[in-house]
Amino acid sequence: MWKAKGSEEMSKKYKLTASLGDKTLRLLTLLMAISVLVLMVWMGWRMLDSARPSIDKFGFGFVTGRQWDPVKEQFGALPFIYGTIVTSLLALIIAAPIGLGVAIFLNEMAASGVRSVIAFLVEMLAAIPSVVYGLWGIFVLAPWLRETVEPGLAKLLGFIPLFQGTPLGFGMLAGGLILAVMILPTIAAISGEVMAAVPNEQREAALALGATKWEMIRIAVLPYAKSGILGGVMLGLGRALGETMAVTMVIGNRPDILSSLFAPAYSMAAVIANEFTEATYDLYLSALVEIGLILFGITLILNVFARLLVWSVARGPKGGIS
Amino acid sequence: MGQSLSVSNLEAWYGSNRTLKGINMEISPKQVTAIIGPSGCGKSTFVRCINRMHETLPGTKVKGEILLDGESIYDQDPVALRKMVGMVFQKANPFPSMSIYDNVVAGLRLNGMKNRQTLHASAEKSLRMAALWDEVKDRLNYSGMSLSGGQQQRLCIARALAVEPSVLLMDEPASALDPIATTHIEELIRELKENYTILIVTHNMQQAARIADSTAFFLNGELVEHGPTSEIFTNPHDKRTEDYITGRFG
Amino acid sequence: MNDRLRKYRNRMMLGIFIVATLTALIPLFGILGYVVKNGLSALNLEFFINLPKAMGAPGGGMANAIVGTLIMVLIASLIGIPVGILTAIYLTEYDRTSWLSIGVRFATDVLTGIPSIIVGIVIYTAVVLKMGHFSALAGGLALAIIMIPLIIRSTEEMLKLVSHSIREAGYALGISKGRTILKIVLPTAAKGIITGAMLAVARVSGETAPLLFTALGNQYWARSLNEPIAALPVQIYQYATSPYKEWHQQAWAGSLVLISLVVILNLIARLAFRSRSN
Repeated sequence: MWKAKGSEEMSKKYKLTASLGDKTLRLLTLLMAISVLVLMVWMGWRMLDSARPSIDKFGFGFVTGRQWDPVKEQFGALPFIYGTIVTSLLALIIAAPIGLGVAIFLNEMAASGVRSVIAFLVEMLAAIPSVVYGLWGIFVLAPWLRETVEPGLAKLLGFIPLFQGTPLGFGMLAGGLILAVMILPTIAAISGEVMAAVPNEQREAALALGATKWEMIRIAVLPYAKSGILGGVMLGLGRALGETMAVTMVIGNRPDILSSLFAPAYSMAAVIANEFTEATYDLYLSALVEIGLILFGITLILNVFARLLVWSVARGPKGGIS
Repeated sequence: MGQSLSVSNLEAWYGSNRTLKGINMEISPKQVTAIIGPSGCGKSTFVRCINRMHETLPGTKVKGEILLDGESIYDQDPVALRKMVGMVFQKANPFPSMSIYDNVVAGLRLNGMKNRQTLHASAEKSLRMAALWDEVKDRLNYSGMSLSGGQQQRLCIARALAVEPSVLLMDEPASALDPIATTHIEELIRELKENYTILIVTHNMQQAARIADSTAFFLNGELVEHGPTSEIFTNPHDKRTEDYITGRFG
Repeated sequence: MNDRLRKYRNRMMLGIFIVATLTALIPLFGILGYVVKNGLSALNLEFFINLPKAMGAPGGGMANAIVGTLIMVLIASLIGIPVGILTAIYLTEYDRTSWLSIGVRFATDVLTGIPSIIVGIVIYTAVVLKMGHFSALAGGLALAIIMIPLIIRSTEEMLKLVSHSIREAGYALGISKGRTILKIVLPTAAKGIITGAMLAVARVSGETAPLLFTALGNQYWARSLNEPIAALPVQIYQYATSPYKEWHQQAWAGSLVLISLVVILNLIARLAFRSRSN
């Protein structure tokens, strides 16, 4: 009695008769998929390779060094790390609550017509190119900060070191504010997706107990969506860390480490953008690439964690905004 | 034209789950054979083994033998086999990106047939066989999705017939349809059996009684009893068959 | 806590969320408003036809930058869209579970999150340095790398939406897997895939950072793809950070053109897709 085998063995036997077109498609798509994986690895390797001279020369001191002097061949990344972190954190502090508020409004409160329109508008906010944000930052935001906001803050809160010093308009406050606007759509969108994944039974259970709408949100939706929202915030942070154009146009581009938000500063992405084409010798270029490597590393780790968090709530690898 | 089916010691796995436990069955040509049984008894798996669709799912395995008119179905390219054994699914699944006409001739055209006259003749013949021609002849280029549920299912039947199979497998073809559409499908099956061997999976015993020449009762992956429909329903040999038919379990 | 207090708190919190939403929309209208107002006044025919005039002299335009952007976006699309779609097909139709597919998905995630300036660095060291000069090709390549993960993700989502029953109907008719994918599954998902591609194109048209040291920019027409070439966002950046008032005005005009392109692409994409899924 002839025994038919399982599907894997059968398909081995019939590979010969599968048409050439079929095999070509399968091979082609496989090649493309592999090349994407190879691309990622290759990019990481290229960065490492180009940054090697700087890594070898400065070691860990690169991260703690405060001096950035191309003339003296002294390179320390701390000012840029500082500027990046301060502006990004400021952006997070502003954008996270507002973004979450927008997400709650869209998901739990708005009627479907209103929701489509406002969701579209928020997407538009995300679609505006970084350089346009920067342009607006230079000619609208910075003057406004210099003339109105910063003097105001200095008057009210001038006893805090954060708000001391000459109001220039350009500086970490401007950077943080612009970043806040830019990452808000990311946080709103992901929080929204995650909240939408909360099963309706949870909401209904709370309402059936007599909860008001806010109480329902607080008891049923937010705890369930908590880790996903955190993931969204982390993705927003990741985006803020890597933003280049808008930041370099308003942050002042001075590698100083000062305590006031009014002071000019420099971010990792900004110094790369400004000085890359002026790096006339290998070590200079290598130092800039090393900054890029640090940036790459931080955003990579953040992104991986963030996606795991979002995935754990929404039960499926999440795409969408990033 | 191979039309008789012979199944020996057929076993099937879904992962580590053995869904068919050694089926032996002879299916006579140009007849309607109904497969009945409670949910999960393996009737869908059985039918999907016959056109080797079961294998397309990941993690599945098959053992045993199925002969189509004396030749093993495992001795040939599954893609070629499926031109001889057609299938209609539980929920009508016309191709959304195609018109009614394109749907009907999809099986022919996507396998290389280009001659316009042949295609058109085949489309008309299949739609007539599916009792759909009169209703759609003036709107053949409308989307396949513009038809009602019952019409979509008849479209899928026409699509399957256009390929000129010898065996037609139907997996609960009317379960998603209203009673009137169901009656149309059943009339259709009565007409089709003059030219095709038909295997129909159904959870509706009255339907089996209405249209099937022979009936097979499956339970827990085993073939419990197989015989002329009238016998199965009035004088079953196995107690389990009797219990199912009289509704002691569903 | 008594009911009236709870009701009051409820209204207050819901009110806060409305305020948050309005606050979020203020910058949107602010930016769009300024771009339209300042841009319109500087937008004229010369803007679209003329080359930049040095040192902020009046009468210049951004013709070369507009064309440069179109060229590089085209290069990026010619590379990025096929690679992205084919990879997505592999991940949905052929291999959803193996280690390779997990690796490819991880790579897609990583590539999505890379700051675009890093892409510029990599292409600089790998292409510009090797070739010895900046070029439209290098710029297009950098943009392609940004596009690929976007296309993979959106295409994958659309392919997954195609019901498995459709594929089975194809196999059951004796149609091979490859033909089923190309002639049945892809056409079914086509609208969504095109939408995803349009959104990726919109996104990539506005990118500046990766072009800064790949395409570099050019005050004149580039005569070949092997030369530095102007791009709209890069030109806006250079003008905005320059000391010339005339150039500032042109930066607003350029922004208006850029935003219009992006918004129109987004609108078409969303509207077209909406009509299908409903």
